[in-house]
Amino acid sequence: MDVVLRTYPILLWGALSTLQISLISIALGCVLGLAVGLARLSGYRIIRTAASIYIDFFRGTPLLVQIFLIYFGLPHLLRQSQLYLIESYNMPQFFTQFALPVFLAAVVSCSLNSGAYIAEIFRAGVQSIERGQMEAARSLGMTTRQAMRYVILPQAFKVVIPPLGNEFIALLKDTSLLSVIGFEELTRKGQLTVGWSYAAFPIWITVAFLYLVMTFGLSRLVDYTERRLKTGD
Amino acid sequence: MIRVENLHKSFKKLEVLKGIDCQIKANEVVVIIGPSGSGKSTFLRCINMLEQPTAGNIYIEGVSLSDPLTNINHIRAELGMVFQRFNLFPHKTALENIAMAPIKVRKMSKADAKIIAYDLLEKVGLSDKADVYPDQLSGGQQQRVAIARALAMNPKVMLFDEPTSSLDPEMVGEVLAVIKDLAKEGMTMMVVTHEMGFAREVGDRVIFMDEGLIVEEGTPEEIFQTAKNPRLQTFLSKIL
Ligand SMILES: Nc1ncnc2c1ncn2[C@@H]1O[C@H](COP(=O)(O)OP(=O)(O)O)[C@@H](O)[C@H]1O
Ligand SMILES: [Mg+2]
Repeated sequence: MDVVLRTYPILLWGALSTLQISLISIALGCVLGLAVGLARLSGYRIIRTAASIYIDFFRGTPLLVQIFLIYFGLPHLLRQSQLYLIESYNMPQFFTQFALPVFLAAVVSCSLNSGAYIAEIFRAGVQSIERGQMEAARSLGMTTRQAMRYVILPQAFKVVIPPLGNEFIALLKDTSLLSVIGFEELTRKGQLTVGWSYAAFPIWITVAFLYLVMTFGLSRLVDYTERRLKTGD
Repeated sequence: MIRVENLHKSFKKLEVLKGIDCQIKANEVVVIIGPSGSGKSTFLRCINMLEQPTAGNIYIEGVSLSDPLTNINHIRAELGMVFQRFNLFPHKTALENIAMAPIKVRKMSKADAKIIAYDLLEKVGLSDKADVYPDQLSGGQQQRVAIARALAMNPKVMLFDEPTSSLDPEMVGEVLAVIKDLAKEGMTMMVVTHEMGFAREVGDRVIFMDEGLIVEEGTPEEIFQTAKNPRLQTFLSKIL
């Protein structure tokens, strides 16, 4: 039992790390998702297509593969490209260090992945607003941008809160995949502590419980925000 | 004030407007009637460029809408549009609905815009509803706020697309009364409506559209009493 107790601070640190990477990725994912979601509705075909390719790629491949691609694949690509440039064009050597810091790889992969899902949520939210709203705003002389900003998006934000909440919860759980590249979030901490304490059941049930606390808290927060916005008008 | 020349509009293969020519003078009230699907809404929507004409030209005070140098947002700011389904902004109060465009488009100060908005609410008889959200207003009240919202931009022309068609019968009167007041003040207006009493009383000129063309036009007397066009006769006998 003593040994189990000694794992708790470590697991708690892991949980904090999970929370940290989740919140950062959610924030970045929202910014990215809003931009890409609006790009999907752009009047320009190239912009729409580019947005679609991004969304299709990150929704159509496993997050685990995306993590490997970014953490192992990108440095390899960089090394090979530099080698090619040096050999073919006598370019000077820019990089000596190729490895991506694991934290950076974690943030990038989770943000890119959630950005794709969030983009679709925002797109659907904007499209759910009646066309007459845009027309009324435009007929008053607003530019498309102004109409989006002052008329469409404020209404769309209310619509997207429940699906956005689901995405946040999904992402928080999915950060457990980061354990495979050694990012020391909650699941990785669980593996490590089981490794020396051999207390598999107490530790994994604690890990599960900590995830539950975080997802439950997050969903309460989403409910609360939704209610606040509803009574807001 | 408005000149329309040979206006054509097609949606894919469907030709909705087949060559409309007409002129609207300042202070004139033009009522547009015609069977549903005849292109009345599309015609109005072309005038403030919610639809892009396929061919032809529209001039607002001599400025061509198809000229790429024309700033369409500036033109739209001069044209007030009132929709059949009100299209108030549900996340804004009545007052905010009215004040928004003056603030964002005309760059008016919030205080000034609010004063204008209050005055307009008073004008449409809703000064007690300033802080109410649209979903707490009746249809007739919503439409009156929508008219006030369009008026807040101080437009030169008001376009009404069946402003009373989605209202309960007892609310039609209050909205028409507001439009009549505007007519008295000399506002230039184009009104699509099925309210023939209103057309007769307020219209300086009535345009009858059918199948994408202006089939008849004239004073209310000419249209409702003397015109012999069989399609107009059929339409009037159905609606009266
Ligand atoms: N955005 C659109 N896309 C395709 N067809 C349309 C569109 N808007 C209107 N139409 C068609 O154009 C025709 C005329 O419509 P409309 O101008 O609304 O007529 P009215 O207002 O006289 O009833 C109808 O057949 C309608 O189905
Ligand atoms: Mg219509």
